[in-house]
Amino acid sequence: MSTAPHLAAVPTDPPGVTGPAAVASPWSRLAAVANRTWVRKLLLLALLAAAWEGYARQLANPLLVPTLSDTVRALVQSVRDGELPGRVAISLKLLLMGYAGGVGLAAVLAFAAAGTRIGAELLELLTAMLNPLPAVALLPLALLWFGIGAGSIVFVLVHSVVWPVALNAHAGFSSVSPTLRMVGRNYGLRGPLLALRILVPAASPHLLTGLKVGWAFAWRTLIAAELVFGVSSGRGGLGWFIYEKKSELDMPQVFAGLVTVVSIGLAVEHLVFRQLEARTVRRWGMRT
Amino acid sequence: MATAMTLAGAPLLDLAGVTLEYRSGGRRVVATEGVGFQVEAGERVALLGPSGCGKSTLLKAVAGFLPPAAGRISLHGRALVSPGPDRIVVFQGFDQLLPWKTVHENVVFALRTARGLRRAEAERRARDHVRRVGLAPFAHAYPHELSGGMKQRVAIARCLALQPEIVLMDEPFGALDALTRERMQEELLELWREARFTLLFVTHDIAEAVRVGSRVILLSAHPGRVRADLRVGEGALAGDAHDAQARVRALVFDALEDWSI
Ligand SMILES: Nc1ncnc2c1ncn2[C@@H]1O[C@H](COP(=O)(O)OP(=O)(O)O)[C@@H](O)[C@H]1O
Ligand SMILES: [Mg+2]
Repeated sequence: MSTAPHLAAVPTDPPGVTGPAAVASPWSRLAAVANRTWVRKLLLLALLAAAWEGYARQLANPLLVPTLSDTVRALVQSVRDGELPGRVAISLKLLLMGYAGGVGLAAVLAFAAAGTRIGAELLELLTAMLNPLPAVALLPLALLWFGIGAGSIVFVLVHSVVWPVALNAHAGFSSVSPTLRMVGRNYGLRGPLLALRILVPAASPHLLTGLKVGWAFAWRTLIAAELVFGVSSGRGGLGWFIYEKKSELDMPQVFAGLVTVVSIGLAVEHLVFRQLEARTVRRWGMRT
Repeated sequence: MATAMTLAGAPLLDLAGVTLEYRSGGRRVVATEGVGFQVEAGERVALLGPSGCGKSTLLKAVAGFLPPAAGRISLHGRALVSPGPDRIVVFQGFDQLLPWKTVHENVVFALRTARGLRRAEAERRARDHVRRVGLAPFAHAYPHELSGGMKQRVAIARCLALQPEIVLMDEPFGALDALTRERMQEELLELWREARFTLLFVTHDIAEAVRVGSRVILLSAHPGRVRADLRVGEGALAGDAHDAQARVRALVFDALEDWSI
């Protein structure tokens, strides 16, 4: 049975068996730990925190800059009494609605652009016109159309998400190699199936970039929009929380709100998008 | 001539007066002109010609990616209309594997998509064909973890697993180093002895054409026309490659004044 060609001598090691260099002394181990990027970033963060605390104490004007410790105390308190988590939940719900809407609309536009010439021209025209328009600039219009409240916010969120996502998807689909397209067509794939099975995975680095940029835009737009009007419904989100606390001159809570905004942004970037990247494009060697 | 039905006794592949051209913005580039030849089942036809003479274009037309401007390409007497898994192409570049799938998954994907096999059956056949090209230890590696030669082996395994009517190869070893190229040529012949598939193999390398082909079709420089159709027989397989190569070489220099590369 095994008259197979003689290919036994394969030159490379199987993947994933790169031998780690033997670690010698505890000192070099410590040096190795200190060399890790995240360890170094953590140290930098601690340094910045200390600088904040020192400056705020020296300034001694909690109405301008509360100390870090006051901010942390305020944060813990707001989390405990459930106010901050409630606000975050409201914000995230709006955000997810706007993000899903934007991504869905972008997918329709990008697939139309991949399949037809008129679709591509339409997408290019729309993005050229609307991408430079800041989402917040649409707020007055949104107020007129949807009134004060969730509808308006979701509208501007969709606007902030759809263009960067569609633009990246379009660029991704356009850059798929003609060879890969031919491989797909060779297997009898055409139209939507070719797009789904070949174009989408082949464009995944661009798609991920689009989703990431779209998320960052949406988060910023949301906080800004809430600062302008979270009022109406009586139950505002995180942006409204910050605005409200400013009116009450509760500066530690204002800072606690800001810290929360940053933390959620970072958490999504690291826990969601980095993980997704590591499991897909990095594993596939497609990150350029 | 019957047009829309399979003819008993018709050759497997039949090209008659095939002219292929590209049109872009009013400009017209003629790639091949009036090319005609037939391929019988089990033949290994090397399509030899200088760079730019339209070999890749011709292969794309046979694969169904490009309709002829004139002439007719038929398979079993039936005119070709679209690409299909009865003609599988192995390309020159290293970008023909799906980078998001492992070696094994690449073959499974092809079998499930093109042949509609159920997963279990596709997996069984994929394992078998990956083993035949000696890549069983790398079955679960991703393409970017493989060398160029290994990627081409996977592409060949993926193609042969589909058991197409005709295997189309476009300088599949063109981007490999000389040593690897020679070994791959041997391996390809070894695989052919096992499966006896029909092969249309494009190359601009005389030695490769003679080594791989049982027949060499010589194309002239731009635009490509058939200049010679030479039966090398099993000379190369039998180890009598020098004789055949000398004959082809003499013919090439006779027929083509402007041979490049
Ligand atoms: N997509 C294309 N558009 C226009 N001209 C092309 C295209 N592809 C190839 N050609 C031209 O067609 C001719 C044949 O090309 P090709 O088939 O790639 O040659 P070969 O594979 O023999 O090197 C060349 O003159 C080339 O410039
Ligand atoms: Mg070519």
